[in-house]
Amino acid sequence: MSIQELGTQSQVEVEMITCVIDGFEITVPKGTLVIRAAEKLGIQIPRFCDHPLLAPAGACRQCLVDIEINGRAFPKPQASCTIPVENGMIVKTQLTSPVADKAQKGIMELLLINHPLDCPVCDKGGECPLQNQAMSNGRSESRFEGVKRTFEKPVPISSQVLLDRERCVLCARCTRFSEQIAGDPFITLNERGALQQVGIYEEEPFDSYYSGNTVQICPVGALTGTSYRFRARPFDLVSTDSACEHCASGCSMRTDVRRGKTLRRLAGEDADVNEEWNCDKGRWAFKYEVAKNRIKSPMVRDANGQLQEVSWPEALAAAAQGLKNSRSGVLVGGRATIEDSYGYSKFARVALGTNNIDFRARRHSQEESDFLASAKLTATYKDIDTADHVVLISFEPEDESPIVFLRIYKQVYKRSIKVTNVAPLASRGSEKLKANLIKTTAGDEVQAISNISGLTSKSVILVGERISETEGGLSAVLKLVENSGAKLGWIPRRAGERGAISAGAIPNLLPGNRPITDSAARVDIATAWSVDSISNEPGMNTDEMINSDLQALVIGGVDPMDISADAKIKLSKKFIVSLEIRQSDITDIAAVVLPVAAVVEKSGSFMDWQGKVRKFDSAVDQTLNRSDVRILSMLADEIGRPINLPTVKSARAEFDSIGNWDGSVNSMKVRSAVAVKSVSADEAVLTSWRNLLDKGSLQDGEENLAGTARKSMIIISKSRAKALNVETGDHVRVSNSYGAITLPCQIGDIDEASVWLPRNSLNSQLIRNLGVVSNSVVKVAKA
Amino acid sequence: MAYTAEQLSVMDSIISRYPRKRSAIMPLLHYVQSIEGYVTNEGIELIGQKLELATAEVTAVSTFYTQYKSKPVGEYHVGICTNTLCAVMGGDAIFESIKEHLDIENDGVTGDGKVSVEHIECNAACDYAPVVMVNWEFYDNQTVQSVKDLVDGARAGNPPAPTRGPKSLRTWKQNSAVLAGISDGLANEGIQAGEPSLLGLKKAKGGA
Amino acid sequence: MSKLTPVLSASWDQADSFTIDGYKRNGGYTAISKALSMQPDEVIQLIKDSGLRGRGGAGFPTGNKWGFIPQGDNKEHYFVVNADESEPGTCKDTPLMMANPHVLIEGIIIGSFAIRANHAFIYIRGEVTHVVRRVQQAIEDAYKAGLLGKNILGKGFDLELVLHVGAGAYICGEETALLDSLEGFRGQPRLRPPFPAIAGLYAKPTVVNNVESVASVPSIISNGVEWFTAMGTEKSKGFTLYSLSGHVNNPGQFEAPLGITLRELLEISGGVRSGHRLKFWTPGGSSTPIFTDAHLDVPLDYEGVSAAGSMLGTKALQIFDETTCIVRAVLRWTEFYKHESCGKCTPCREGTWWLVQVLKDLEAGRGTEADLDKLLDLCDNIMGRSFCALADGAASPIISSLKYFRQEYLDHLAAGKCPFDPIASTLFDTTGVK
Repeated sequence: MSIQELGTQSQVEVEMITCVIDGFEITVPKGTLVIRAAEKLGIQIPRFCDHPLLAPAGACRQCLVDIEINGRAFPKPQASCTIPVENGMIVKTQLTSPVADKAQKGIMELLLINHPLDCPVCDKGGECPLQNQAMSNGRSESRFEGVKRTFEKPVPISSQVLLDRERCVLCARCTRFSEQIAGDPFITLNERGALQQVGIYEEEPFDSYYSGNTVQICPVGALTGTSYRFRARPFDLVSTDSACEHCASGCSMRTDVRRGKTLRRLAGEDADVNEEWNCDKGRWAFKYEVAKNRIKSPMVRDANGQLQEVSWPEALAAAAQGLKNSRSGVLVGGRATIEDSYGYSKFARVALGTNNIDFRARRHSQEESDFLASAKLTATYKDIDTADHVVLISFEPEDESPIVFLRIYKQVYKRSIKVTNVAPLASRGSEKLKANLIKTTAGDEVQAISNISGLTSKSVILVGERISETEGGLSAVLKLVENSGAKLGWIPRRAGERGAISAGAIPNLLPGNRPITDSAARVDIATAWSVDSISNEPGMNTDEMINSDLQALVIGGVDPMDISADAKIKLSKKFIVSLEIRQSDITDIAAVVLPVAAVVEKSGSFMDWQGKVRKFDSAVDQTLNRSDVRILSMLADEIGRPINLPTVKSARAEFDSIGNWDGSVNSMKVRSAVAVKSVSADEAVLTSWRNLLDKGSLQDGEENLAGTARKSMIIISKSRAKALNVETGDHVRVSNSYGAITLPCQIGDIDEASVWLPRNSLNSQLIRNLGVVSNSVVKVAKA
Repeated sequence: MAYTAEQLSVMDSIISRYPRKRSAIMPLLHYVQSIEGYVTNEGIELIGQKLELATAEVTAVSTFYTQYKSKPVGEYHVGICTNTLCAVMGGDAIFESIKEHLDIENDGVTGDGKVSVEHIECNAACDYAPVVMVNWEFYDNQTVQSVKDLVDGARAGNPPAPTRGPKSLRTWKQNSAVLAGISDGLANEGIQAGEPSLLGLKKAKGGA
Repeated sequence: MSKLTPVLSASWDQADSFTIDGYKRNGGYTAISKALSMQPDEVIQLIKDSGLRGRGGAGFPTGNKWGFIPQGDNKEHYFVVNADESEPGTCKDTPLMMANPHVLIEGIIIGSFAIRANHAFIYIRGEVTHVVRRVQQAIEDAYKAGLLGKNILGKGFDLELVLHVGAGAYICGEETALLDSLEGFRGQPRLRPPFPAIAGLYAKPTVVNNVESVASVPSIISNGVEWFTAMGTEKSKGFTLYSLSGHVNNPGQFEAPLGITLRELLEISGGVRSGHRLKFWTPGGSSTPIFTDAHLDVPLDYEGVSAAGSMLGTKALQIFDETTCIVRAVLRWTEFYKHESCGKCTPCREGTWWLVQVLKDLEAGRGTEADLDKLLDLCDNIMGRSFCALADGAASPIISSLKYFRQEYLDHLAAGKCPFDPIASTLFDTTGVK
């Protein structure tokens, strides 16, 4: 199957073809389709089924043109979306061929005979290719006097996608996307002939993580999003290019706002990153911005322990008072923009005079800090495109970085590339990638990593943040990279983590990846910041800060339940200044609360897992809200140690001017593996990751999206199921001294010693329920 | 209903006929019909599992082909050809009178579950027009009366034998198994050719 | 001396013609000994030299099709027989397979050997249970006789043959739809290129041949090129099965050299239904533009029929006498195409939907003369605009009927109803049907 991409130039020299379209000569790479060559000349041939990222279908026949090659004319018009240009080809589109023009008008008339023509009540009206092209390439009046085909409508094919079969033109974009791009063939063309229709199997909804793309590429109003239905007219929306805040995939997005409210978000185009796709979380999880528990005004805890709304000057004064002259630190969270992270980084070093700063609001390790300071992360999406082999280590791309998944899947679909997955079980994503599974018990990955062979410089190793939960894991990864010459990517879940490292929001690095231990690096930064010096005293990481006797912490967007069960209790003993957008567990214990802007309300940038930066402007104007860096700058002024970053723009400019460290970096201290925990027959080693759609706080308020989340299940092996005498669907109880979780089980291809649960899903929030997330022995019993 | 171990192993043997297992989807759907009479959800899910396909993909295939039924048909499924030639020569009249005779509509099933009726397209027996198929066996040169007798016999459990086919008419489920490629040993029954098939040969040999 | 030349049908009057013993008694399975002793390329050349053309409708030279298969490509090759006989009026392959399935199997062995395929399939339509039994039995018997499987006749050639039963879809007669169906997908046509010879079944080089074409091969191997080319016309060599049906006294199968005329066939068979006269007929199934009594002397070969404005197609000669309403006939065919449209492309899916509605009105006498022009314009917007030839077939009867019988359409409009008595056209019009 050949998939032709817009603007993709292969690195090898491409043969060029010259042809003539409507009298204009054009030279394009061999293999370019006629419809695409015409686009380059600015000639728009109408089309529906054609999509540059899907294999040609030739189904709608709207793009018929007249073609002759070296004087030999095709006897009938040809679909320009299926025919590559050839030397000596002469193409006549609707502009110059009356036959092509009549053919196109004829097709358009046929497409409309059964169309309900309900544009006034259709979400697509105003941005509808059918509507637009019926105007530009159709007859002014239909000659159809018969009976239109009718169907029940709309049919929910999932909780978030509605299907209107009457509007459908059967272009098969949605079904091709589902099969070719997402690998989720849950919607198909059913029946045949005039009754052919898009549909699902009645018992299995269209619960694909990528289903929203079908709504976006539907050229009519046949597929619509439940949440957006009847909400707006496209011409009433103000669109802003934006960046997705949900994960490190780095998607380009478009945010559509009406009267100060985000009504929808769409995938933007970036051939180097997300092509034209995004995941459903990125598309539909934005209601948190307008959640009822948004914090609108600064608050200070009064003598009775109650938070009281106060003015900004009062709040800043109270915060400064508590921070001044105390031993303090900063917890950034992994969701900050680069500018905000930079603000926190500078705030810690300048205003608080400490290297106690960490962005990791999750399980982490000292080995990981060392790795992040020393590893060369060189892999990119383009490397996946040309990879001979992709190795996934403690990383489930479909759940943890869904666009990375799409990129790997594309190559599996097109080139059948090899994928190896070091994991305790074959996840659905792993099965879709036909991955060779190296089954490991959580904590025992080191040996498996060390045993991987056959990698080349064309291979790509992608390691997830969860590897830090295994001592020695990252050391083994670096060794593997060293020995094989493969490219390495480290892919955290959250959108702000790569940027936070770069901004120095980690104890061992200063902005621009400068080692804190390097005096020249410290001088660099001291100079840039016009301060006398930067402390070389080693800073604490997140765990250390929480467990320390530090008196005060500045916390920006952290959920203590992401870190440990007792984090909140421990933090409650300290003076907390919280910068946050909504009421949270931190609000409960904060002395001062400073409201900040949500992503759509501010400008900034995110650095994706490749290290590529995507800038964005605010999509919603909210004068009351402001980016963290601006608040931090005011707070630093109040403390009396200014950081001089009054705006996002100034932070960006200063950070850019600092540049990246080009000196030497510390080589990583190698850790060796620790012994694997042994388990008795009724025990298992807990393993988990977060499903893409789960109880994550940024997904709050979007029930239609939540409806497509994968059901919470306990995954056990066949032999364990036999031992427990349970079948798929029976309830199983996983427990430890902290607590217990009881859920239906699923029998899967999982390591015998392991049990898997979703880390933060409905009825399965592991830190909350079990106090641990992985690499820990639990009891497993029939419920 | 649950499929027996034997039935599941028949399915595996059907799959093993093909270089790639997805190719087995059509015989498997015929096979499901031979057991359940029509394509049930259970059948779809089972085929999906066996072939590692999404249930939607199985549905997409099963709904494309008209011989796969989404609801039960009669023990004797009567197809009356109403394509042009048969229709003109009597198929239309047969179809109308049989519907009335049985008091069912197109695709309907008699209350006793014995007979269902469907108008069908050309069945490659035009020289025997008008043609009626029962469980996809040939009933050649039919008239209104002959088809009435046919369906009455079928309802009484005593249908006449096909014109070109086995000695006695088999049920819908039994014949579905044949279509799934499972031999019923009846290939040698019945004539090798009907009169029209032999006409040219006879004329060539100088016959009348 | 009759002009008829029974070859394929020569043994059909023997009660056991469909058995392996019956086939062997009549000289069956001797052509493979000869063919398997030749070089595969020699077999291809022989079939090329014979001029055998596809009997499934398109008339593409069979030997050339075999010659397109890339050799020495280290890929599996597949030989697929199109036994999905479904074109209205077409009824030749079905009796052939019922009466003599072994000649097809012998042809398959030879064809597979020639194109170096070790795996062959017969894709048979699913609505012919007894034919399925016969072919399945024949395959099993051929395996038992060592004619299929490993090391056939000790010549070192292996061949697996699988009977694949369809499930009711005319479109699967289109070779790429057939291949998709055989792979386990919906039977919708594929984009071409790549052609099946390069990327067919499972994306491997594949030949798809009609039953009659393949069944003709053993006799050509046995009797030689000269024997075959002595029959037929300059560009249409050999013999073929003509299927006569409809308003004739004696319908049936007639094997004759290509180029025979309908007048001759009617004379041989016994003529149009007594007391009636020929009104219109199809030369090769419903997808071929109709002819009238003006075309009785058109040579029924690929060129002759084409020159007269239609296509030889499957040589399915459906005869309609003056009792038949042309509008009703055409409407019914159009309903067939609507029913069988796969739904993939707009002009076929939507066009047939619309055409049926227009024709229904016209048959009922509703509409004006302008509707005839609209109908023709619709056909113009459908024909040659669709993904495959199905929609062309749908437009053919409409366009050709308007060419020859426009007045009859107008008569419907003038009468405000169909002026024909449908009972008059039935075979049992005297049996007193109400």
